[in-house]
Amino acid sequence: MKIRTMNDLYAARQAGIASLYPAKTKFTVSTATCGLATGARPVLDAVKEEARALGADLIVSQAGCIGFCEVEPVVLVYCAPGLTLVYKEMNAEKARELVREIMKGNAKSEWALCKILVNGTTDGKPAGPSRETARWLELASGIPAIEDVGFYRKQMKIALRNCGFIDPNNIEEYIARGGYTTLHKVLSQMPPERVIGEIKESGLRGRGGAGFPTGMKWEFCRKAPGDEKFIICNADEGDPGAYMDRSILEGDPHSVLEGMIMGAFAIGASQGIIYVRNEYPLAIENLTTAIRTAEARGLLGRDILGSGFSFAIKLSRGAGAFVCGEETSLMASVEGRTGEPRQRPPFPAQKGLWSKPTNINNVETWANVPEILARGGKWYAGIGSEKSKGTKVFSVVGKVKNTGLVEVPMGISLREIVFDIGGGILDGRKFKAVQTGGPSGGCIPERLLDVPVDYEKLTETGAIMGSGGMIVMDDRTCMVDVARYFLDFLKEESCGKCVPCREGIHRMLELLENICQGKGAEGDIELLEDIGAAVKDFSLCALGGTSPNPVLTTIKYFRNEYEAHIKDHKCPAGVCRALISYSISKEKCTGCGACVKVCPAEAISGEKKKPHALSPAKCIKCGACEETCKFGAVLVT
Amino acid sequence: MPAEASLPKLVDEIVERHRYEDYALVGILQDLQKELRWLPREVLRQVADRLDVPLSRVYAIATFYKAFSLKPRGKHLMLSCQGTACHVRGGARILENVERQLGVKTGETTRDGQFTVEKVRCVGCCSLAPVVMINADTHGRLTSDKLMKIIKKYE
Repeated sequence: MKIRTMNDLYAARQAGIASLYPAKTKFTVSTATCGLATGARPVLDAVKEEARALGADLIVSQAGCIGFCEVEPVVLVYCAPGLTLVYKEMNAEKARELVREIMKGNAKSEWALCKILVNGTTDGKPAGPSRETARWLELASGIPAIEDVGFYRKQMKIALRNCGFIDPNNIEEYIARGGYTTLHKVLSQMPPERVIGEIKESGLRGRGGAGFPTGMKWEFCRKAPGDEKFIICNADEGDPGAYMDRSILEGDPHSVLEGMIMGAFAIGASQGIIYVRNEYPLAIENLTTAIRTAEARGLLGRDILGSGFSFAIKLSRGAGAFVCGEETSLMASVEGRTGEPRQRPPFPAQKGLWSKPTNINNVETWANVPEILARGGKWYAGIGSEKSKGTKVFSVVGKVKNTGLVEVPMGISLREIVFDIGGGILDGRKFKAVQTGGPSGGCIPERLLDVPVDYEKLTETGAIMGSGGMIVMDDRTCMVDVARYFLDFLKEESCGKCVPCREGIHRMLELLENICQGKGAEGDIELLEDIGAAVKDFSLCALGGTSPNPVLTTIKYFRNEYEAHIKDHKCPAGVCRALISYSISKEKCTGCGACVKVCPAEAISGEKKKPHALSPAKCIKCGACEETCKFGAVLVT
Repeated sequence: MPAEASLPKLVDEIVERHRYEDYALVGILQDLQKELRWLPREVLRQVADRLDVPLSRVYAIATFYKAFSLKPRGKHLMLSCQGTACHVRGGARILENVERQLGVKTGETTRDGQFTVEKVRCVGCCSLAPVVMINADTHGRLTSDKLMKIIKKYE
């Protein structure tokens, strides 16, 4: 049924509330890509089977990722009005037992991550708390509240507000959390200029990396002459190490659609395109469903919500080209051409897709829009730092204990993200650097960990905010190898159109490969700096212009590692194969033989239960033994 | 993969689904590859013919974008993620080990036609690094040992 009036929306919301906060117990399994990759499917099946076997009267549902990917698969149990218990590290067997225990009235506290209590009886919130809630709170007294879990304590969810808490394929659950209600207000009460005014006041800046003020961008496009205008959602999340857009598309696709409709109304566009990477099959699936549902319910297409405003959205799939995240390349790709960038100006706001005025924002930016218009630009501007307002989602990954997606207010320090939220370094090792901004970014060393997360402050370090990838590196990460890695990435992804990028990256990579192989020469570092400066100044697009950043920041902060490679032919982190050798510690080796089994070169031998020996002549330095050894007996020097 | 004779029919169907629009070229090739797993020469020719664009343009698209393969692919496509998080957590080692165990290099297909091994720049599952994608399934927190067990399940 089409939603046309406030009453229709109200009815949809009631249905959503009934499904989000049912009168029965509800089990929700997180089945985003990260959940599925760790076994959420068998967990989901097990919950269903056990419920059937017990004849238990419970509801089984699915949702996106709650951000704490490290503890996936996650199961949420809505056990009483207002109360949800979150269980971590589930498997099929545990899931079956959990169903039995919950139905018996046991909270199974030892498996829980946290509890979430939502108070209040107002619209969109569950009824309660009731006597049943009080009883379950007593049962769950040993489970920490979500606010008290280190990973969540400093977070503030705006863009990720619904991820993990609603069924992405159920539009009514989105509506129950306030979705499309603001759209009704916007279309019926707000002139386009006021919409743009709110976004400008919010201080929202592009979350894809460049950080351009969103409201200004919209205004340029609105004022650009032309009858036909386009809106594009850049979902070509290419930066390695960043995956917040995938999570939003998988877990809350309607937030992006609603933001786009609002933007289209403000700008005066009637056609929207979502350019999504091919590597995200589940995101494509959920987006497709969301678009179809929104069309069927009259939220996309002609005469949206009976307002007279019409807007359609099409999906355009990427085909594995990193450069297509750059806006002019992306538009070329949508037009069916090779994704090569072109010079700006003219900017897309004047001359974009099919030479028409076009506005491009990325997924996270669009997902923020409905919440900003719901609560006001002023509210959003009250969060964050002076020039960087609101929150930003980061993917905290690499050598850190709590990997996952975190949404924090701007201005928080890197240290708080890595240590308070991320829980510090894996295996008790030493922090070395955090890499932000993907191949356009840089490596920030320990002494700058108190730098606040803010577009300008991060740029001052030589890195950039970028799309939000935050890869934590420890003392076993070689910074020269990291620089080599990024240039190797960029060498393959450079489209080849302009010479500085195509040739400059190639030359820098050659130098770095030599250094990693112990063939570096005096003066190589200075040469890298020279080439880097030239590539930065003369490249056509941002891919080339920022490509030297990983090299320049690692030279700036870790010059000693470069020198160790060049002068001493040593890789201090024990990564660059030509410069390291493996051996086995006689003291630590228990003679278990695990390394013998995995060694592809038959380089390790020894009697059972006695210290083994490694033949350097046979060793191919693949590292399989080190990966396998549980006793830390494989030494790298 | 459909029989030889039905190939031209498949191309026609897919091109028609995209209403013979040349801007849909990327989408057309994606749909074709989804069915065929790779893009044979005669298919590219026929697409160029039906859209009335030069073959060079179709070839440019098919070679610019990494998702397209102009060589036959095996029954299962294994994409080894080489994103940054996977790199610092040993993704390259996993890939090497796969190459060794399956006896192929990156970009090649095993002799029995079961697996094609390719590398990919980040599948967006960084929290579970190192990661590989086999067909549409993502497998995370891998060690070389664990991956070999997973591969066996597909054989």
